[in-house]
Amino acid sequence: MAREVNWERNHDPVGIWNGRGKAVLIGRGHSPTDRRWDGETLEKSLGAYMMIAVQNALDDVGIGLDDVDGIIGSAGGQGNGAPLSDVWGPRPYFDAPYDSEDGLTHVTGQWLRQQMGFKNLRYINNHGDPVWNLIGQAAQAIADGRAETVVVTYPNGNLPGRYHQDPSNEARGPAVWPNTWGWGLSGQGFTFNQYCQKYGTNHDRMAPFVVQERKNGLLWEHSYYAQHEPGEFTEEDYLNGRMIARDLSIFDCDRPVLAAAAYVMTTAAKAQDMKQKPVYILDHTESQFTPRSLVQTIDDTEEWTDIQAQRSYNGSGLKPEDIDVFAPYDGFAVFTQYYIEAFGWRGVKRGEAHDFYAGDISLKGPNPLNSGGGNMGTGRMRTVFITDPLEQLQGRAGDRQITTKAEVAVTHGVLPITAGTVVMSTSPD
Amino acid sequence: MARENWERNHDPVGIWNGRGKAALIARGHSPTDRRWDGETLEKSLGAYMMIAVQNALDDAGITVDDVDGIIGSAGGQPNGAPLSDVWGPRDYFDPPYDSEDGLTHVTGQWLRQQMGFKNIKYINNHGDPIWNLIGQAAQAIADGRAETVVVTYPNGNLPGRYHQDPSNEARGGAVWPNTWGWGLSGQGFTFNQYCQKYGTNHDRMAPFVVQERKNGLLWEHSYYAQHEPGEFTEEDYLNGRMIARDLSIFDCDRPVLAAAAYVMTTAEKAKDMKQTPVYIWDHTESLFSPRSLVQTIDDTEEWTDIQAQRSYNGSGITADDIDVFAPYDGFAVFTQYYIEAWGWRGVKRGESHDFYAGDISLKGPNPLNSGGGNMGTGRMRTVFITDPLEQLQNRAGERQITGRAEIAVSHGVLPITAGTVVMSTNPG
Amino acid sequence: MARPIVPVPDPVSQPFWDACNEGKLIVQYCSICDRRQYPPEATCRDCGFDFHLSWQETSGRAKIVGYSITYDSRLVQWHPLQPFLNVIVALEEDPVINFHTNLIDDFGTNLTEEPDIPIGATCEVQFVEAAPGRMIPEWKIVK
Repeated sequence: MAREVNWERNHDPVGIWNGRGKAVLIGRGHSPTDRRWDGETLEKSLGAYMMIAVQNALDDVGIGLDDVDGIIGSAGGQGNGAPLSDVWGPRPYFDAPYDSEDGLTHVTGQWLRQQMGFKNLRYINNHGDPVWNLIGQAAQAIADGRAETVVVTYPNGNLPGRYHQDPSNEARGPAVWPNTWGWGLSGQGFTFNQYCQKYGTNHDRMAPFVVQERKNGLLWEHSYYAQHEPGEFTEEDYLNGRMIARDLSIFDCDRPVLAAAAYVMTTAAKAQDMKQKPVYILDHTESQFTPRSLVQTIDDTEEWTDIQAQRSYNGSGLKPEDIDVFAPYDGFAVFTQYYIEAFGWRGVKRGEAHDFYAGDISLKGPNPLNSGGGNMGTGRMRTVFITDPLEQLQGRAGDRQITTKAEVAVTHGVLPITAGTVVMSTSPD
Repeated sequence: MARENWERNHDPVGIWNGRGKAALIARGHSPTDRRWDGETLEKSLGAYMMIAVQNALDDAGITVDDVDGIIGSAGGQPNGAPLSDVWGPRDYFDPPYDSEDGLTHVTGQWLRQQMGFKNIKYINNHGDPIWNLIGQAAQAIADGRAETVVVTYPNGNLPGRYHQDPSNEARGGAVWPNTWGWGLSGQGFTFNQYCQKYGTNHDRMAPFVVQERKNGLLWEHSYYAQHEPGEFTEEDYLNGRMIARDLSIFDCDRPVLAAAAYVMTTAEKAKDMKQTPVYIWDHTESLFSPRSLVQTIDDTEEWTDIQAQRSYNGSGITADDIDVFAPYDGFAVFTQYYIEAWGWRGVKRGESHDFYAGDISLKGPNPLNSGGGNMGTGRMRTVFITDPLEQLQNRAGERQITGRAEIAVSHGVLPITAGTVVMSTNPG
Repeated sequence: MARPIVPVPDPVSQPFWDACNEGKLIVQYCSICDRRQYPPEATCRDCGFDFHLSWQETSGRAKIVGYSITYDSRLVQWHPLQPFLNVIVALEEDPVINFHTNLIDDFGTNLTEEPDIPIGATCEVQFVEAAPGRMIPEWKIVK
């Protein structure tokens, strides 16, 4: 077995991607979105939802299971590989196929193959993470000829209880350094505090951005908020948010939800026979960094995001003014400003993001930032960062369709410390 | 600090976009000893590494100030096992010999300090082994990380025996081999399967190992040329003490102490240096896992096929293009797997021993491992770079092959983890 | 006072914690790369080896570079102390090296109102007992 290493494009200079225009993102499918799984209702398990999403994606492009020869996914519930079952499991299991975590809180490609009856798979990879990197990995696999038609799976679970709670009164290994001093989300709070100091801004100036994201997210039928909390979210609501770790309030932290999404990607040739318009992958790039000392500083953050933005521009040959649809991640709302400034979208320079937020970032205006709503507007789904750019470029975003040109999209996530960027276009070159 | 993937190990690799941009131009060697005595500082690995670096710079006609990169294996034993885990810690000396660095390992930082390199902008000590170091340096030059790189390969040996383990308990990964007394028997087993599959036997390796010793004796830096210049016969080979059937002592390379350095630079800068440039056309790497406990002949043939094909895809050459072929022989049984994977001189799976029985002499049509490999030089590994370089530069002296020497392929180290370098007299 | 979470040393970090018990703040230093390293690691991140890695006492002086206040921690043991202060200080002689502190003496925990944190203020290390026999570094603002 060859260890499949180095599919990432993370070594500068990356150069224009030699797979440019060979792989296409064409269809998407979503499950319902719930707040949590109750641990009992099998038709609402992550596995059941993942099957719904896959079927919807196949239907979206008008193909059958037999047309698919690859599955690339994050099996891990939480995109960054933290198994949900470490926190909430082990549990009593059910009859097959729900006799392990696979199907309940994780969904492997092998489980999907068995349950859905895929017959022609020649490539399965469950180790991708998170969704930007999965799209990059699938694009690379298609360009490299590992598979022709790939379903990309993104199962994202949530169970009763709170994320990552740690009751221990001792800290061991790397946890010694943060836990001894009660450090946690305060890490993001600290970096944002440095940003505010450096550029003379403050938390409240994030309000227009987060409010606009919620507006956009309410227009996406799959978002948690559209399905479960369709009421208006105002600047006043934002400013009254319960503080979690200054300056991150509850409304700067994405809301954990349960949802699955699937994408169909294929070759430029096969895309011609499918039901939707092809959106071509022009480039994918990845990066991974290490802080200089204990804690990630604003200097680290700006250095890393500059490197990755430049890598993406080098890989795609694009300039900031070429980006029509820009989808920078917001899992903590404070990330987005670092990315906007690194990519220089709409000419925004370091320290200018909050001024930019104060201008017109509305959906129908000139700067429709995160037209899908991001995580703040949809819940911790992450998949709107793929679905919205896809739909914008296909001209089928409905109420969310932007009024400015939608030919080139850049979507970027997840953390400053480890990132993937995907560049898509309506044209193969 | 960013983590990056410089290796070309993801199929299809495609023709390397650095092709012809980096040149291997010069080499320098230290004396070769059997072991370091643990006391004589002028014979330490650090002292030898400095000698080799200076010789390489002199060979290219440049100075320390012309160098802006050092890429090396700091690790004594190239595959990352620190010698000091086995023999250290020890009493140290005054600086610069106040740690293992300089004694049994040599980092680029230590060399910078001792030799007074002033213009270094790129140091990497994490390379391993020599093929991969050449590949890494070629990539660094093609990518613009540095223009003129010294590649360092310090290879230490101390009193005592390699890797002896006195424990009566096995833990972790060692549980599986140690409980059943497994060790070199792994290579013995794979070779046993090879012999079964193709109806051959250990003794048919003799012409190959004997020829390698002949070639190695013609290389002034080899351990044997310097310390045991006598003839080595087929009879000697056949009487070799068995280590793990069917590996005798003469199928296992002899640990020695030596350092080598190479100068690599851009095609542009190479024009101003003293030697003829040899251009790197391609480098590719691979890393595999056995399907189960032990590497089988099926694993071995699959892996080596993948890597050979990867190298052909990366360089665009075919088997017929390879004039100088240097497949590794750290255990002599490796070489047949590589020859057959590459199909050099038309050799197919199972045919190597027939090929060995033909004319593989230095001046004949099939000068296999014209440098002598490890069997002919000791466990230096560097002859796999120096000999192809010198053959293509037409300065291999008595070892110069009589056929064409325009394209060389050098390959190592293990079937399970490999690097291949393709070189040419032409930038391509 | 006892701390909510007590650090358990490992072989790499043991010298750091031992020095804390002796009232010294030390960080790793790689002499051949001329760089400090904190938190401690088995090898120097630059050269990749431990050959030239030793422990070096610091000045024990640092400057506040930023802060956060935790209202809702995932660390359950800290919940009774919420809200509490999280400050980062950067070592005076090498600002790349940064440390956590709760500025215990100055602001304590269970903050009743949010303090005005003086960014740039100089701090000195002090050692507090996290558990019997286990001192940890904390910092206080130099008045």
